[in-house]
Amino acid sequence: MIDLFNRLFGKQTSSATAKERLRLVLLSDHLSLAPELVDKLKAELIEVLSRYVEVDRTKIEVNFEQHDSAIAMMANVPILSMHPPKVETPTHPGGGDAPKRPRRRRKRPTATSNPAPAS
Amino acid sequence: MHELKVDPEPAAESPPAKRGKAIVITSGKGGVGKTTTTANLGTALAHRGARVALVDADVGLRNLDIVLGLESRVRYHVLDVLEEKVELQEALVHDKHSENLFLLAAAQSREKDDVDTEAMRELIEELCEQFDYVLIDCPAGIEKGFTNAVVGADEAIVVCTPEVSAVRDVDRVVGLLGNKFRPQLIINRVRPLLVQKGKMLSVEDVNSILRLPLLGVIADEPDVIISTNKGEPVALRADSKTGAAYRAIAARVAGENVPAPTVELEAQGFMAKLGSFFGGRR
Repeated sequence: MIDLFNRLFGKQTSSATAKERLRLVLLSDHLSLAPELVDKLKAELIEVLSRYVEVDRTKIEVNFEQHDSAIAMMANVPILSMHPPKVETPTHPGGGDAPKRPRRRRKRPTATSNPAPAS
Repeated sequence: MHELKVDPEPAAESPPAKRGKAIVITSGKGGVGKTTTTANLGTALAHRGARVALVDADVGLRNLDIVLGLESRVRYHVLDVLEEKVELQEALVHDKHSENLFLLAAAQSREKDDVDTEAMRELIEELCEQFDYVLIDCPAGIEKGFTNAVVGADEAIVVCTPEVSAVRDVDRVVGLLGNKFRPQLIINRVRPLLVQKGKMLSVEDVNSILRLPLLGVIADEPDVIISTNKGEPVALRADSKTGAAYRAIAARVAGENVPAPTVELEAQGFMAKLGSFFGGRR
């Protein structure tokens, strides 16, 4: 009866609370289970951003945080220059994949930017 | 009293030449009913005519023999076989209720780390040559005991209760198992009245999160406790709804098309009925 009262006045049942807690804990469990995926995501993020701006690869931060009912990815990317890295010529006459290698002009970042073989 | 009659002809279900199937019963969390599930599923499969071996992989905390009422018959255990002290046939304990059911007990005074993983795989393979089903009762946890229980299995059944901690652990175990074992879910200890009042996660709640093929749902009923007290699996009792639920699970495991698992509300008191009348579904 108390429960009926609660329901009529919009109070959440404990099973609904349990379900919500479970959903959230599993979201973060799944993320924390795959640190190598987070590293890969970071490396690819750098690669994409570097096509447009020059980023500081050593200071990039990627974190996952919980905001109420959702998980958010927070990326902090210091930008060194609003121009693409010089070595690259985006409108390469040959087109195709030619400029891929020279894009990596700094020393390798901490995160693996090579397509790492499964180990 | 209510025992089902045993079919005297063994292995009526499948031809003996075929290799049997090894299924690990696991959960991550302890106390959710892995051993009870193993005992009852094994009993129910054996009563369908299949030849069944139960392997207690919970080395150091042996319990499957107790649930089956076979504790006084155990002479050798799984480590005796793995270390080649006795032949497999000598260590298999014949069940007292079911003609086609055998138990390989765990070692009580040894540790899980004593088990050689590769030897365990070979043992399960050997059992698969002799039996239609090999059910492996996995210990709680995800350490070496889990690895050893899983190593020889073809498939997995995961047992979960409608609790946040149990669901989280099953999720973790399913992640560790990967796709290879095609895990199927049994939700144990469901209390329909509590679910209706919104005080317990429902079968749908649990499986909306786990998203596994649902093999069965077992209600939290006193007859399971009574059966365990006596050492007579509830699957033997023709008059028990819980027993029927286990027999339905066995039918699904054997590949029969059985209606989707459900739990019914037991006869309730007046106030509970009134509550559910006004309270609606959830």
